[in-house]
Amino acid sequence: MSEPPASAPVAPVPSTPAPRRMPAPLARAINVSLVPLISIALALVVGAVIILLSSLAVEPPGIDWGLPLTAYAALLQGSLGSEKAIVTTLVEASPLIFTGLAVGVGFKAGLFNIGANGQLLWGGFAAAMVGAAVADQPAILAIPLAVGAGMLAGAAWGFIPGALKAYTGAHEVVTTIMLNAIAVITISGLVNDIFKAPGYTFARTADVGNAALPNVFVPGLNLGVLFAFAALPIIYWLVWRSTIGFEIRTVGANPSAAAYAGMSPRRIIVITMALCGLLAGMAGVLEILGVVGSYPAIFGTNLGFDGITVALLGRAHPVGILFASLLLGGMRAGAPLMQIQADIPVEIIDVIQAVILFFLAADRMVRHVFRVRAVGAAPEELQTITRSYGGKAAV
Amino acid sequence: MEVIGDFVNGIPILGYLIETIPAIAPIILRLATPIALGAMAGVMCERSGVVNIGIEGMMLTGAFAGFMAALVVSEAFPEEPTWILGMSPALLIGVVAAVLAGVLLSVVHAWLSISMRADQIISGTIINLAALGITGYLNRLIKPLGSAGTFETWKPPEALVDLPLVGWIFDMFLAQGPLVMAAVVIVVILQIMLFRSRWGLRTRAVGENPKAADTVGINVIVVRYRNVIIGGVFAGLAGAYLTLEATGSFQNGMTAGRGFIALAAVIFGRWTPVGAFIGALLFASSDAIGVAVRLNPPPGELGNALASVQASFPSLYNNFFAALPYVVTIIILAGVVGRSVAPAADGQPYEKESAT
Amino acid sequence: MRPSGQGVEAGRGSMTETLAAPALEMRGITKRYPGVVANDRIDLEVRPGEIHALLGENGAGKSTLMNILYGLARPDEGEILLDDQAVRIADPADAIARGIGMVHQHFMLVPVLSVTDNILLGDETMANRVFIDQKEARRRIVDLGKRFGFEIDPDAAVGSLSVGWQQRVEILKALYREARILVLDEPTAVLTPQETVEIFGVLRRLAAEGHSIIFISHKLYEVLEIADRITVIRRGRVVGTRLPAETDESDLAELMVGREVQLTVDRGESAPGQAVVRVEDLRVRDDRGHETVRGVSFELRAGEILGIAGVAGNGQDELVEAITGLRKPTGGRVTLDAEDIARLSVRRRRERGIGYIPGDRQRFGLVLGFPVDDNLVLATYYRPPYASGPVRNERAVVESAREAIERYDIRTPSAEVPAGTLSGGNQQKVIVAREFSGEKRVLVLDQPTRGLDVGSIEFIHKQTIQKRDAGTAILLVSAELDEILELADRIMVMYRGELVAEFDGRTAVKEDVGLVMATGVRPSEHAEASA
Repeated sequence: MSEPPASAPVAPVPSTPAPRRMPAPLARAINVSLVPLISIALALVVGAVIILLSSLAVEPPGIDWGLPLTAYAALLQGSLGSEKAIVTTLVEASPLIFTGLAVGVGFKAGLFNIGANGQLLWGGFAAAMVGAAVADQPAILAIPLAVGAGMLAGAAWGFIPGALKAYTGAHEVVTTIMLNAIAVITISGLVNDIFKAPGYTFARTADVGNAALPNVFVPGLNLGVLFAFAALPIIYWLVWRSTIGFEIRTVGANPSAAAYAGMSPRRIIVITMALCGLLAGMAGVLEILGVVGSYPAIFGTNLGFDGITVALLGRAHPVGILFASLLLGGMRAGAPLMQIQADIPVEIIDVIQAVILFFLAADRMVRHVFRVRAVGAAPEELQTITRSYGGKAAV
Repeated sequence: MEVIGDFVNGIPILGYLIETIPAIAPIILRLATPIALGAMAGVMCERSGVVNIGIEGMMLTGAFAGFMAALVVSEAFPEEPTWILGMSPALLIGVVAAVLAGVLLSVVHAWLSISMRADQIISGTIINLAALGITGYLNRLIKPLGSAGTFETWKPPEALVDLPLVGWIFDMFLAQGPLVMAAVVIVVILQIMLFRSRWGLRTRAVGENPKAADTVGINVIVVRYRNVIIGGVFAGLAGAYLTLEATGSFQNGMTAGRGFIALAAVIFGRWTPVGAFIGALLFASSDAIGVAVRLNPPPGELGNALASVQASFPSLYNNFFAALPYVVTIIILAGVVGRSVAPAADGQPYEKESAT
Repeated sequence: MRPSGQGVEAGRGSMTETLAAPALEMRGITKRYPGVVANDRIDLEVRPGEIHALLGENGAGKSTLMNILYGLARPDEGEILLDDQAVRIADPADAIARGIGMVHQHFMLVPVLSVTDNILLGDETMANRVFIDQKEARRRIVDLGKRFGFEIDPDAAVGSLSVGWQQRVEILKALYREARILVLDEPTAVLTPQETVEIFGVLRRLAAEGHSIIFISHKLYEVLEIADRITVIRRGRVVGTRLPAETDESDLAELMVGREVQLTVDRGESAPGQAVVRVEDLRVRDDRGHETVRGVSFELRAGEILGIAGVAGNGQDELVEAITGLRKPTGGRVTLDAEDIARLSVRRRRERGIGYIPGDRQRFGLVLGFPVDDNLVLATYYRPPYASGPVRNERAVVESAREAIERYDIRTPSAEVPAGTLSGGNQQKVIVAREFSGEKRVLVLDQPTRGLDVGSIEFIHKQTIQKRDAGTAILLVSAELDEILELADRIMVMYRGELVAEFDGRTAVKEDVGLVMATGVRPSEHAEASA
């Protein structure tokens, strides 16, 4: 009854970074995916219970035993039940791939990038601005310019907390949340006061015209989906096969050893946060250039926080992130239909997300209860995130 | 723009501030209360070695639970209630509900962090996401209408408030509702207890060197659970303040980052209750400046400059003041972290190992 | 080993020990961990007023046995008898209540708390149900210290005390709780010879009062000096119990290791060449801003091992960090082949041929979650052949790892297992393989054999001598005076941030060096001062 994810894990790519030619990589991949899968299943059960209890609160009051089934059926139909649904799922999943990577790459460096929301807002805003400026140029020129602007803006907003962490030790968990708030406030002020396009009922920037991402293959499926899918192998190569990736992973696993070996953790932290900002910015670019077409003064989005779920569920690895994005994207795509057919508010998806993460975090208990053997030690990068909390500036 | 140049010309601002602060001091304390209570939760947790960034979520859930409970009770008994010490029972029950909600979430955080040894920052994030999701979901599902009202502020005797130099201090601390005054008392009690009582000594030891505490027979796990749960009480109280004393309603996400500002206050205050409280006052002041400017516009050149900015960029003008507390938080964090040393075992899960 | 410069103190333990019933008996203690039997049917008997030594190399099982005694672990088989009564010790609180006190090798103290707070912790003297009675506690502590011969400041922050005084605080902790059996785990590992003499005096006074003392050590000559009886443990089993009078160091060493052991490495002659590194008037501050290196000057010559002796915390860490590039000095010069390197990054210094074995191998030397081959190229991963530009050449990494594993005899199932799965000795060999390979002009070794088994220690010492003979300039920093005396051609002593004395490695007398380490004053000056 659940979503697509784990039908066929791609065989030769192991789901954790460190050991390469481990025996039976397929077996290892399955073992690592087990706890996430169990967590999802358990969360759906909990979700069903919540839905059941919610039937008490709606008119007419009284337990409706069939409600969870109706709700989940609608969810499934809304995400996979038609060509349009699948397209919507893919379109919802694409920015999640980017924010998932934005958080996941940060994890590999021992950084917790909660700022994906702010970074994507700036990315979308910059794309909207430049897009509006080049709206009449040919698309072959307008699109790269607008996308590039979005990348730069996101990178800049990621650079700030990165530099703060590297040079002052201020932990990114707090600074990025502050920057998220500042981004929302500042951009809405900019749109309202300076960049407002005339003639609309609610404040928004001008249309991006030719900078909008065109549809490919099928109506509704915009170019952004291809960007997202292309980003996965690129980031995989960058983090697991390149020298800079080696540095990122070393700093994440043990920044002291990295310094002693001659790397510069400071430099790596800044570069990584800027990269994460760039990735999150792309999510914003996808939303604005691909879906909305301009930037509204009030742009409410949860993509940044969804990215955290995606990164944790996908174990900060591109393959996992792909599946997690599809799962979450599907749920977001199907939720409106669920709200219509079962009268369950779309926020249930937020709750289910949190429950999935809960079971993920209760890894030990889940393994114990379901008799799943643990493979290897817990990722060192997560310890780096918390160890740096009371923080010194990096070396 | 020359306007900005004049703005930065420090002196008129300083004079304005010195004049205005006594007037808005009660407001500052009010704004500081949720931050301070959240910071107390942070001090409790981190002093015993558990990082808790889920304070924001606990606050939010406490706010919602308190609001709903008070509403339900006040609607169930609509006649004139018997007042307890001048406070409506519906509101008091709301406070209890808020505290319970905070405790519930803190138990979850404690279980994940201490027993499951999950990464503590991720565990805290899960709390935050869960809180946002659950309160948003329930708010949308139930669509509560109406309100149980708020706690009333006390009126201190005129004689005290009218005293020449120090009158405004009495005003600040006494012209407040019960939760604000409770917060101040809590800060003082915690400061004394942390440094003079047996509980405080054991807490600090567990946060600095849990293995050492273990070898003298202290149960590290119990100490940490206890502290995290007490922290949950304070976080719940902070939430109760928001919906039962400050406003009489609930909005999705109304905590607006206060839980994180509380963390910055903890770091600023070097993990001491009084220090964190001062930090909370600092952040609240930056929040209050916007209010001050509106209530009591600065005179002369500065006032004209501000007015003209407001005219040309109304949205940005308001947003500047709205963003100020967040900017101040970042600046303070960047300046203070590193100079302020956390408890040594902060954030490290404790494993009872037997070394060979 | 070195001849004793000063006489061995007369008298050991109490005369009442011979016929009394044992204060402690551990019978048939067995403890298994996954993959290893840490304790295998161990029998131990300790009498009242006896100083009983537990001798064995690192990893032999001594600490496990004591953890069981202290309630930190539970035995799988066997029993414990206190005063002839079988007991089950549930946890440390239980052990303390039964009169067992433990002074751990790594002190269980909280640096930011005062002496009083540290001693009170867990057994607080209360003024009422909530608040601690600080005054009463202080009084008791000072009195207790006086009874055993030392004056302690109850309000000092433990972190500010010297290591020797911290150890006294640990002992007071046990005595405050009226321990009758005191276990000391490697107590002299961090002490100077003078402090060792003093602590032995304290132990003898305790034994004279009837306390039983279990003294865990791997230092043969100390054990011979202080113990009334010696029990040797190897690979989890008791292999013999001796009286000091009927044994000697080589006998004990053979028992400990199971084969004949070369107690010292053949050092050969050194042929020092040119000065490779010159340090001039170096000044360095620590993280808190205190100047811990205060105008240090010395030369490091090719083909020579220069040993820096000193009690931990006298500035050695910052000195090493300044030379390797992890910390910028605030004054003075560091030159390599006449090039001023004081402002160069760690990487640039490595490229000029400086290698570094850090003191804490797990925290600074390895990434435990990474495979062995990645750890081997941690410093060189960006250079050909391991990478060209941004692209890594993983085949080259694996190849070179295979070579290193063979050359340095690193026991590991493969090059791709995480480094964290290797034993301590093999982990250190990985670091040695990494740092010793290639053309190294300078090697800085910081506590290179701490906590390792005898085999690994031998190996690393041999490799170090080889490097020296090949012309590398080697700086050896160690808190283990024995290691310095064994390897160094020249010895300098660091005291409170300054280099206060120089000795010839061959002729230095241990007690003389120890005196300088403890007081900063040379023996000849000392003699003049007291004359």
